[in-house]
Amino acid sequence: MLTKTSFQGKLSKTENLFIPFVVAGDPSPEYTIEFALRLQEQGADVLELGVPYSDPLADGPTIQRAAKRALNAGMSLRKAIQLVPELRRHGVEIPVVIFTYYNPVLQIGHQDFFNLLEENGAEGVLIPDLPFEESEEIRSMALEKDVEFISLVAPNSDTRIQQIAEHARGFLYCVSSLGVTGGSSGMSAEALSFIKKVKEHSQVPVAVGFGISTNEDVKLVREHADGVIIGSKIIRLIEDELEVIEKGQKEEALESFTKGIQELVRD
Amino acid sequence: MLQAFPDIKGRFGDFGGKYVPETLMGPLQELEEALDEAMADPEFQNEYHHVLKEYAGRPTSLTYADKISDHLGGAKIYLKREDLNHTGAHKLNNAIGQALLAKRMGKEKIIAETGAGQHGVASATVAAKFGLECIVFMGEEDIRRQELNVFRMKLLGAEVVSVSSGNGTLKDATNEAIRYWVANCEDHFYLIGSVVGPHPYPRMVRDFQRIIGDESRRQFLEVEETLPDRIYACVGGGSNAMGMFYPFLQDESALVGVEAAGKGIDTPEHAATLSKGTPGVIHGSLTYLMQDDNGQITEPYSISAGLDYPGIGPEHAHLFQTKQVRYEAVTDQEALDALKLLTQTEGIIPAIESAHALAQAFKEAGSMEADQTILINLSGRGDKDMATLMEHFQEEV
Repeated sequence: MLTKTSFQGKLSKTENLFIPFVVAGDPSPEYTIEFALRLQEQGADVLELGVPYSDPLADGPTIQRAAKRALNAGMSLRKAIQLVPELRRHGVEIPVVIFTYYNPVLQIGHQDFFNLLEENGAEGVLIPDLPFEESEEIRSMALEKDVEFISLVAPNSDTRIQQIAEHARGFLYCVSSLGVTGGSSGMSAEALSFIKKVKEHSQVPVAVGFGISTNEDVKLVREHADGVIIGSKIIRLIEDELEVIEKGQKEEALESFTKGIQELVRD
Repeated sequence: MLQAFPDIKGRFGDFGGKYVPETLMGPLQELEEALDEAMADPEFQNEYHHVLKEYAGRPTSLTYADKISDHLGGAKIYLKREDLNHTGAHKLNNAIGQALLAKRMGKEKIIAETGAGQHGVASATVAAKFGLECIVFMGEEDIRRQELNVFRMKLLGAEVVSVSSGNGTLKDATNEAIRYWVANCEDHFYLIGSVVGPHPYPRMVRDFQRIIGDESRRQFLEVEETLPDRIYACVGGGSNAMGMFYPFLQDESALVGVEAAGKGIDTPEHAATLSKGTPGVIHGSLTYLMQDDNGQITEPYSISAGLDYPGIGPEHAHLFQTKQVRYEAVTDQEALDALKLLTQTEGIIPAIESAHALAQAFKEAGSMEADQTILINLSGRGDKDMATLMEHFQEEV
């Protein structure tokens, strides 16, 4: 039973969510804004704004490459958060979740980090290497600041599923397969029964991510979960345009990117 | 009575913990349960100690280095000879323990990361010995630098996976090993080579390496009828130092951990994590590490591949913060000088890693009294370093 409105009331929809992931600054902050706008036009409900990190343990080669491009472009956690008001200024209205590894947060400091999120109007945060047991302080600060702390749950979370699901805010991120991002596509019977189990305990929408790369995958997930999270595939669509971007053919790149997204999420 | 660390959350004071993707929380729990059960089982302990004795050749000797002691003219210097352990370094102690645990857990495939290749070789060795499949992740740059060890691993039947992300060194190999484990944790056992990583790894590796300190303590008491005044060990991730120091933590002996200062701790090219680093999270653990202002982990440098790591075990971070261990840093050149001195006075060629501990001990020995004693953990032999040593000493010898 879904009872909570979330993201400061900006997400009223609780099903059929499309949650894309892009890396801030890949290949430049200007393009991140453009991609976010196109994703919003194609029905994105929440934007996961990835912060590039030198040692992304939960990410496969695709997102690692994106992180490298963004780091080369000078992106950091602070700059990624400061990109949020820029996104707003250009018309991105959907809630933004800052997706960052824990170490950069630790260097800024918990309090300053939340102040930054608040000042810049980011509605959520997701820290993939901060499991439930290590996140108590951050979760309570997030509650206090009305920032959604997004939790992840995996098929092998087993007895932890209930605990994680009951504390979940915003949406609950289901790792559809064991593995790092960008793995093989398709869903097994085990995955489907896992999603069912998570939904039983969750009061927020259950979104599925990791390894969703085709329109077929998207349709399959839509049947069983409240939302679909797509990361690596979107990064690959961006990568397909890098040469065109390099040539300065911005409109052509964005048009082609948009077509790719349309194909991916069509009904 | 000191508090026993790690605590139930895997903390050594402020450090340690489990900063890992959710997918690894289950496997870490499974590992912790199996480890606790195994360590409490006399049969497991007997098997571990039996393999150490019959296969690895333990106990390793405690050698009184009389020539170098006379040469330096101060404290009496003893060497704990981990270089005499099978495969040439202390790394095998831990690999044996974890391989036996993997078997006990019914995992037939092991994953390992390696920098210089010593832990990779130790893992490939135990895999051959116990009939396990073995995949070793190694940075592309390290593969180039350590051709001989790559061949040794392959000869032992291991698959060596080249890692090209980052700078292609130990940090990147560890990232890739963890990623592979995330995707394959159901039937793979991750055999970490140092006292790093998420709980319970730092504790497990320490407990499989404490044999170094336990033996040393007994041997030293037999010969000197007292404990050493000072004990030295080199620190990269810190497994040989933790294994040596742990049984002495509540004694009077002064403990000295020696980091790699590379080209100098005032240059950007060093691996002196405690001397120059700051607290942060690396490879699943809260500890000290080398990073920039934005919290991006930076690349370390040391002539010794085994110390070329931007983090350090969380228990070392705790011992540093609580001042139970003194940490110093030694440059490439100081380590090479100590290596040459030991080689030519005692006829023992140490690993360049171990030569860092030697260098710091040699600096201090002369100003100590003749009735004082020093124990140095000679963690490995120098055979693997011949190519590097040839570059440096070719014209001198």
